[in-house]
Amino acid sequence: MSDITLDAKVPDGDIQTLWDEHKFNMKLVNPANKRKYEIIVVGTGLAGASAAATLAQLGYNVSAFTFHDSPRRAHSIAAQGGINAAKNYHGDGDSVHRLFYDTVKGGDFRSREANVYRLAQVSNSIIDQCAAQGVPFAREYGGLLDNRSFGGAQVSRTFYARGQTGQQLLLGAYQALAEQVGLGKVKLYNRCEFLDVVQVDGRAAGIVTRDLLTGEVQSHAAHAVVLATGGYSNAFFLSTNAMACNVSAAWRAHRRGALFANPCYTQIHPTCIPSSDEFQSKLTLMSESLRNDGRVWVPTKAGDPRGPDQIPESERDYFLERKYPSFGNLVPRDVASRNIKAQVDSGKGVGPLRNGAYLDFAESIKRLSPQVVEERYGNLFDMYERITDENPYKQPMRIFPAPHYTMGGLWVDYHLETTIPGLYAIGEANFADQGANRLGASALMQGLADGYFILPYTIGDGLAPLLNKPLADTNHPAFKAAEAEVTDRYRGYLATNGTRSVDWFHRELGHIVWDNCGMERSRPGLEKALSEIPALYQEFKTDLRVLGDDRSLNQSLERAGRVDDFFQLAELMCRDALEREESCGGHFRVEHQTEEGEALRDDENFAYVAAWEWTGPDTPAELHKEHLDFKHVHLAQRSYK
Amino acid sequence: MAQATTPAPSSTHTRGPVTGTARDANRKRAPFLIEFYRSAVGKKYVMAITGIMIMGFVFAHMVGNVKMYLGPAEFDTYAEFLRQILVPIFPRTLFLWLLRLGLITAFVLHIHAAYGLTVINHKARPVKYASKRDYVAANYASRTMRWSGIIVGLFIVFHLFDLSWTGTGFHYYRGAAYENVAHSLERPLVALIYIVANLALGLHLFHGAWSIFQSLGWNNPRFNKWRRGFAIAFAGLITVVNVSFPIMVQAGVVGHVG
Amino acid sequence: MTATEPLSGSPAPAAPGRTLNLTLRVWRQAGPDAPGAFEDYDAPGISVDMSFLEMLDVVNERLVEQSREPITFDHDCREGICGTCSLMINGRPHGPQRGTATCQLHMRKFADGDTIVIEPWRAEAFPVVRDLAVDRGAFDRIVEAGGYITVNSGSAPDANLIPIPKSVADAAFDAAACIGCGACVAACPNGAAQLFTSAKLAHLNLLPQGQAERYKRTEAMVDTMEELFGSCTNHGECEAACPKEIPIDFIALLNKDYLRAKLKNRRYLSRKP
Repeated sequence: MSDITLDAKVPDGDIQTLWDEHKFNMKLVNPANKRKYEIIVVGTGLAGASAAATLAQLGYNVSAFTFHDSPRRAHSIAAQGGINAAKNYHGDGDSVHRLFYDTVKGGDFRSREANVYRLAQVSNSIIDQCAAQGVPFAREYGGLLDNRSFGGAQVSRTFYARGQTGQQLLLGAYQALAEQVGLGKVKLYNRCEFLDVVQVDGRAAGIVTRDLLTGEVQSHAAHAVVLATGGYSNAFFLSTNAMACNVSAAWRAHRRGALFANPCYTQIHPTCIPSSDEFQSKLTLMSESLRNDGRVWVPTKAGDPRGPDQIPESERDYFLERKYPSFGNLVPRDVASRNIKAQVDSGKGVGPLRNGAYLDFAESIKRLSPQVVEERYGNLFDMYERITDENPYKQPMRIFPAPHYTMGGLWVDYHLETTIPGLYAIGEANFADQGANRLGASALMQGLADGYFILPYTIGDGLAPLLNKPLADTNHPAFKAAEAEVTDRYRGYLATNGTRSVDWFHRELGHIVWDNCGMERSRPGLEKALSEIPALYQEFKTDLRVLGDDRSLNQSLERAGRVDDFFQLAELMCRDALEREESCGGHFRVEHQTEEGEALRDDENFAYVAAWEWTGPDTPAELHKEHLDFKHVHLAQRSYK
Repeated sequence: MAQATTPAPSSTHTRGPVTGTARDANRKRAPFLIEFYRSAVGKKYVMAITGIMIMGFVFAHMVGNVKMYLGPAEFDTYAEFLRQILVPIFPRTLFLWLLRLGLITAFVLHIHAAYGLTVINHKARPVKYASKRDYVAANYASRTMRWSGIIVGLFIVFHLFDLSWTGTGFHYYRGAAYENVAHSLERPLVALIYIVANLALGLHLFHGAWSIFQSLGWNNPRFNKWRRGFAIAFAGLITVVNVSFPIMVQAGVVGHVG
Repeated sequence: MTATEPLSGSPAPAAPGRTLNLTLRVWRQAGPDAPGAFEDYDAPGISVDMSFLEMLDVVNERLVEQSREPITFDHDCREGICGTCSLMINGRPHGPQRGTATCQLHMRKFADGDTIVIEPWRAEAFPVVRDLAVDRGAFDRIVEAGGYITVNSGSAPDANLIPIPKSVADAAFDAAACIGCGACVAACPNGAAQLFTSAKLAHLNLLPQGQAERYKRTEAMVDTMEELFGSCTNHGECEAACPKEIPIDFIALLNKDYLRAKLKNRRYLSRKP
C-alpha cells in the first residue's frame, strides 16, 4: 500500500481569506437531510464534546462514546493555565497574524501554515462561544475579560479562569453536550471503550466497542467516525496525563490504515512536582503561569547540602535569566525543560532526591504582597503543599519537567480527515497544528477550534455525497471479523497467565521510553530502546498476569489492552526520533545542537511531516512525507535570548 | 487463573445509551400549592413556614408561662386575657380558637411534611453504610430531629390532656390554670417528663431555627453569621425558661396555692 | 546521557521519610447485584509521601502477585480536578483532610498501625458497580435536564458585549468549581444532591448569560434531582465533605429560585398562544 500520496487538500488562495472562501466552496448538507446521517464521536474532552454538541445542534444524529463514567471526566479538565485568542482586548499589538506567527514559530516551523492560520482566525469565536455558555473567565473590575501573558508570548492574549481554565471550558462543552443528550439528539455511551474502526467499501463505516461494565463487544455503524481521543504521553508511564489516557483509539485506527504523524514530537512540561518515590503513579503539573512570577534557580555548587534559605544570592544561579535575558523565566517549554534537566544532570539538583530546581516566589511576595500572590496562584500553592508538605510561601517550590502533551498523532488533511476516508481526528489525537512544540494555552484553543468551528463544516463536505446511502450493516463480515479480533485479544490477555502485572510492564516500558526518547534523544539511545522495547514486548505477551474475567468491570484487563498498544507506539516513537536527524521543538537530538546547546533544525532535509504507515506487526512501518512550505513565516532559528 | 473473591456475574447484558432524558417543560401541572408541596423543596418551605408559626406560639407560650412567677392572680388574668382577645369584634374565645385552628394546621402540616421527607430520604439510601460514619458538620440536634420531634409531639398530647382537657390524675379544675400547673408539676415524674420534653424541644429548635433560613432561601452574607447565633439564643431562651417551671415547682419556689 | 533517579530504570533509592504499617478493611463486591463484604489486607511499609491511591496501587500490585483479584476503584487525573475518585475513608468521603479529594490525600495524614476502613459511596442513585466503584450517571441526568446555557456554536456575540462585575463572575466561579465527584451525596445523611445541583444552578443563574433559561432550568434540574436523590435537611455535612469547599449558601439560592420558578413557569405557561 505504499502508493499513498499525502494530499493535505489545502486549497489555493490567499492565506487570509482561504478558510472563508473554502467554507463557501465546500458542499453543504441541507438542514432537512442532516438527520439522515449518523456520526460517531469517540471521546468527550474539549474536542469531542464540542464536536458532538455542535453536530447535534446542526441536526446530525450523533453517538458519543466515553470510557469514563461521565463525559465530564475527560482529561481536558485538568488544563490549568488558559486559552489563547487574538482578541487584542489589551491593545498591545496582537492580531490574527501575530498569533499565527507565534504559533508557527513556537512550533519550531514544523506545522502546516494554512491550518495554523485558520486556528488563529477562529480563536476569537471560541472566546465568544465560551463566554456565552457561561464559562466564568477571569474579569477585570470593569466587568470586561482579563488576559495574561503566557509561556513565551510577548502579548497578553491568554484568557483564563483561575487555575482551572480547562475545567471550565470542558464543563461548557460538556453542558452543551448534555443538552443534546437530554433532547435526544446525542446517544451517550459511557464506560464504553473504542477498540476498532471498521471499513466497508474503503470508507469508515463504524466502530467496535467494549462495554467496560459488562465486557460486551458491540458494533456501531455510522456515515462518519470522529476520533477525539487525546494524546499518548502515558507511553512514558509517568506523565502529567490522567491514568486512563491512552493511544489505543488512534493506534487501532493506525493499524487499519490511518497514517500516524510525527510520533516523536512529545512535549515535556517544565513546571511539574518532582517525583518523591518509586511508587509514584503520575506527576502533577503546576501551571506554567507560575513562571510569570517565580524565578528558577539552582545552587552554583553541585551537591550543595544547604537548604534554600541558607544559600546566599551570590551562590544561586538563575540560569534561565542568565542565558535568556529577554525572555528570562518565560522561555518556551522545550527550552526551559532542557535547561532544568541540564542543571539536574550536572549534579545541581535540589530536594531530597536532588531531582529538581527551585522555583522561587520570595521576590514576588516581597514586590506584590502575599495577598496578590495568593490571589494569582493560591490554588496551585495549596496543591503543592498538599502533595509535598512544603509551604511555597515560605520556601521555594521544587520543579522538574514531565511529559505532558504530544504534538504527534493521526495525520489529517485540511479537513481533519485521516487517510481512511470518513475517519476524522480532532484535538490532541491528530498531529495537530502545534508543529514540533506547543506553546502554552494553545491546546485548549486547538481542541475547541476543531470541535466547534472546523470539523462541523468540513465533515459536511465529506457527507454530502453520501446522501441517502444506507448505513453499513453491523452484520457485515468486516464488523464480525473486527468483533472476533477484539474478543480474542482480550481473552488472550486473560489466558496468558504469567507472573507480571500490567502496571509492571507499563512502568518498565516507561523507563525505556523516558531514558531514551524523552527530553534528549541520541542515536545510540534510540537504537538501544529499539532493541529493548521488542524484547520487553515479547515478555509482555508471554508473562502477563491479568486476573478476573472479561464479563464485568476489570480495570487490569482494560489497561492490558492500552499497554499493548503503547508498546507498539513506543517503537514507532523511537523509529521516528531516529529518522529525524535534526532537533526541533520537543524533539532534541544531542547530535544536532548549536554551540550553545540550542536545538539545531535542518530545514533543508527535514521540513516535512513524517507520516507512518502500518505494514503489519512484523514489518517496519513505512515513512511517507508531507513537505511543509513556509510562505508567510520566515524560517529562522528560534532565539529567545 | 486465580479465584475471584466472589463469583462474578456470568451473563452479559446490554447497556443502552443514554438519550432523550430531558423533562417535558410543557407537561401539565397541578395547581401551584399542590405541585409545590409535592416537591421536597416545597415540603421544606412548609416545614419552615409552619416552623415559624410554631416558634411564634412557643415563644408566646413561654412569655405567658413567666406569669407563673407573678402569682396566681396575674397568671389567671393572663389566661382570661387570651380568651378576650379582639372582644368585642369577635365573641369571647373566637380569636383564640382561630389561633388554635391555625396552630393545629401548622402542626399537622409540619408533621406530614416531615413524614414525607423521611420517606424520601430513606428511599434515597436503602443500603446504609456498613462502617461507622464520622460526622463533621451534622450535629446531634440535626441528626435527631425525627426523634426530638416525636418526643415533643407525644409530649404535646400529654400536655394537652394534663393541663387543658382532663388533668392526669390530680384534682383538675377547669379554668384554674395556675393551680393545675402547680398540682401537676408537684409530682416528680411529671416534672421530669416536662424537663426531658423541653430539652428535646430545645434541640429541635436549635436545628430548626437555623434551618429555616436555608429552607426559605434567606441567605445573605451580611447576616449569615447571625443565623446560628439566633438559633442558639432562641432555643436556649425557650429551654431555660420552660425547664425552670418544673424545677421551681419542685423546689417549692412557686406553686404554693394557699 | 543521564536520567534522573526516580524515573530511570535503576532501582529507586529507599523512600525518604517515614513508612507506615497499615491494615485496610476494604469493601469487596463482585458486581452490582452480588453481595458484598469487608475484607482485611495488610499494607506494610507505606511511605508517608504516597498518595492514598498510590497506596492502593501498591496493595493491588501485591494482590496480583498473590493471584488475588485487585481492588476496583475509580480514579483518573489524580490531581483533584476530574472528580473520578471517591471512597468513604474511615467514615468520611475523601477521607480526613478538609477540602481534599482522595487522590490528593497523602499517607502522612495517617499514623503507623492504623486500620483504615474503605467503603464505596452509598446512595440509591449511585449503585455499586464493583468493589469501591459506583455509577454516578444520575449527576449527568441532572445536568441534561437543564444545566446549560443554550447557545448554538457560532451564534455568540462578542465576549465583551456583556460586562460582568468581577464579584458576580467570582461568585459564579466559586459555584462552578464543583468537580461532580458525589462526595456531597455520600456525606449527606439523607443521600441528597442539593449541593451538586445548587452549585450548577448558582453558576448559571448568577451570570447575565444564564437569565433567559433561569427558571426553566431551575425547575427542570430540581425536579430531576428529586426523582433520583433524597432531600436536604440542612445538616451541612456536604459542605464539610466537598473537596472544593463549595458552601451550602448555594442551596439557599436553589430554594429561593425554585419557588420563583414554580410561580413564574406557571404564569408563562398558563398563557394560551
